[in-house]
Amino acid sequence: MTAVLEIRNLHVSVEDNPILKGVNLTVKQGEIHALMGPNGTGKSTLAYTLMGHPNYAVTAGQVIFKGEDILELEPDERSRLGLFLAFQYPVAIPGVSVANFLRTAINARRRAVNPADKGITIPEFRKLLKSKMEFLQVPPDFAGRYLNDGFSGGEKKRAEILQLATLEPQIAILDETDSGLDIDALRIVASGVNKLAGPEMGALVITHYQRILNYIKPHFVHVMLGGKIVESGEADLALHLEEHGYDWVREKHLEQMEK
Amino acid sequence: MTTQNEELVALSDYKYGFKDQVNYAFRSRKGLSAEVVRELSQMKGEPQWMLDFRLKALDIFNKKPMPTWGGEINLDFDEITYYTRPSDKTESNWEDVPADIKNTFDKLGIPEAERKFLAGVGAQYESEMVYHSVQKHLEELGVIFLSSDDGLRQHPDLFREHFGKVIPATDNKFAACNSAVWSGGSFVYVPKGVKVEMPLQAYFRLNAEGTGQFERTLIIVDEGAQVHYVEGCTAPSYSRDSFHSGVIEIIVKKNARCRYTTIQNWSTNVYNLVTQRAVVNEGATMEWVDANLGSKLTMKYPSCYLVGEGAHGEILSMAFAGPGQHQDTGGKVVHGAPNTSSKITSKSISRGGGRASYRGLLKVYKGAHGVKSNVVCDALLLDEKSRSDTYPYIEIDEDDVNIGHEASVSKIGEEQLFYLMSRGLTEEAAASMVVSGFIEPLVKELPMEYAVELNRLIQLQMEGSIG
Repeated sequence: MTAVLEIRNLHVSVEDNPILKGVNLTVKQGEIHALMGPNGTGKSTLAYTLMGHPNYAVTAGQVIFKGEDILELEPDERSRLGLFLAFQYPVAIPGVSVANFLRTAINARRRAVNPADKGITIPEFRKLLKSKMEFLQVPPDFAGRYLNDGFSGGEKKRAEILQLATLEPQIAILDETDSGLDIDALRIVASGVNKLAGPEMGALVITHYQRILNYIKPHFVHVMLGGKIVESGEADLALHLEEHGYDWVREKHLEQMEK
Repeated sequence: MTTQNEELVALSDYKYGFKDQVNYAFRSRKGLSAEVVRELSQMKGEPQWMLDFRLKALDIFNKKPMPTWGGEINLDFDEITYYTRPSDKTESNWEDVPADIKNTFDKLGIPEAERKFLAGVGAQYESEMVYHSVQKHLEELGVIFLSSDDGLRQHPDLFREHFGKVIPATDNKFAACNSAVWSGGSFVYVPKGVKVEMPLQAYFRLNAEGTGQFERTLIIVDEGAQVHYVEGCTAPSYSRDSFHSGVIEIIVKKNARCRYTTIQNWSTNVYNLVTQRAVVNEGATMEWVDANLGSKLTMKYPSCYLVGEGAHGEILSMAFAGPGQHQDTGGKVVHGAPNTSSKITSKSISRGGGRASYRGLLKVYKGAHGVKSNVVCDALLLDEKSRSDTYPYIEIDEDDVNIGHEASVSKIGEEQLFYLMSRGLTEEAAASMVVSGFIEPLVKELPMEYAVELNRLIQLQMEGSIG
């Protein structure tokens, strides 16, 4: 069955300030959606809320994933259900190697299904990690480094994509994965996402710039403004935004924003 | 039966909390007196000088005030049994150890560990070493690994030459107590140039309620020799407090190398007040790796006295203070010779209202030029209730030195937890992972088996940590 993430009339506040004001969006497994918009319109708030960050308070609406309202679930439960968030600012975990972390994550997922699971064996895990790293052309020394600790911006984003590849979610949210990357790093990260996207995975690619969409071809493009999705269209909408900027969207929806 | 089950439930997060029924060969009356000391010394058949040493130490113990710093010690010295003899001799064949005691150590996995990766094993039950053995080829090279009592009997001159020289009875109240009633512990001698590749391990077990354990370890590493000594400690949980006060004296001779590793996992009713010190000679290296997870209160500051030119001392200290625990730990380095170097790394974790204090002394004497030292203390607080303090004392009487000191306190970050949870780890597993990463610099210094064990103990400490 196709996994579906359905966001219905979502309202979210941060420290009592309303940020999202009724977001509606449906992402299906196999689809790539781009969510664009100027800074400060609530794109990252949406990403964090979907994953269950405790600082984001849902004041109204629903998020249905695979038929279940996930808003009451803890972040780990959402993750194990098949949701993934590639962070804009991945967090450093000093002393924990990438390999150790990934193995723990895989085992946590297996044990959630079957508490008696003995976990992935070391040879089995090594094989899996090696294949994922080769697939994404990640240098071999990556596995032994402490997670995001002292990583460059590009390395952090590659580590996110490696996690994405290893955990194999059904829906992935990529929050400004292109930010802070030079063109080479962007190309590598985008090609990683392209390799993973397909019938098994749906993606919500959040971005400020059209740039990443030269590499990742979305099926649908949405524009967020003032905490709402105000425009939706196909790939050509992104090109239109590239050419004309966000001003026309602002003008068109000025009235709504001021409400 | 019911009581036992209730106790078991209460202890469910402390794996070594079981207690065994043992028929003791002898148990002295409660409290510390000249009579108890004489009786103990006589039973051991000790020479007069040792009895004199003990009685003098008892006098010092009675006169010395309790320390006014460190942790709160609510210990009734009169309620402690100072000497408990589980059996009449130290066996070198596992099969000869009395069955009830063997049973305890079997449960703790000691004989199995010995077969796998140890060069020698000692096991102390209450006051006495019940088992001591060392690999044949090391014995042939002249390596001595005995209980301290057997060391005194079999190598009286070597023993007397070094005993009480590194830590005199006057050093502190608890060293005096140990000096008066010491029993058990290991006597280790590694001859010139002999390198013992695999660790020697001693295992300490306190089984009876309200008991004191006062082991005395003396390690002499002769010129150019090398040894790694590891100790592990456990005890059942009782409502009445027990008392452990060991004294560890180490002499590292010219160009020799010694590492002493402790994984202390006493139950949380044990006062653990230990004095550990090494004298490090020219070109020699001493390393203390000290992990404290258990006990009610630990006060322990492994020390290096760097007395020869070019001597090096390292102290890696880790403390985990859970509910009701106070770990007052750290290290002490005294630079008494030129071009000596040292490094102190302290990592502490507090949770559930636990308190971890780093207490350290770095001293450089006048004339000890070219000294290099670096002290790093990191504390991790897992919740608002817990506490961390740092008491770094630095006394420098020489100008030509290079000293670094850094201290940090961090709280386990909400962002770290959220990040790890977003990958499918439960909150508890995520917190555990941050903690294991935090102590990784220490864990990677441990032999594989101990690293695994320490990580497992941390996991156990973390269970139920998220409310």
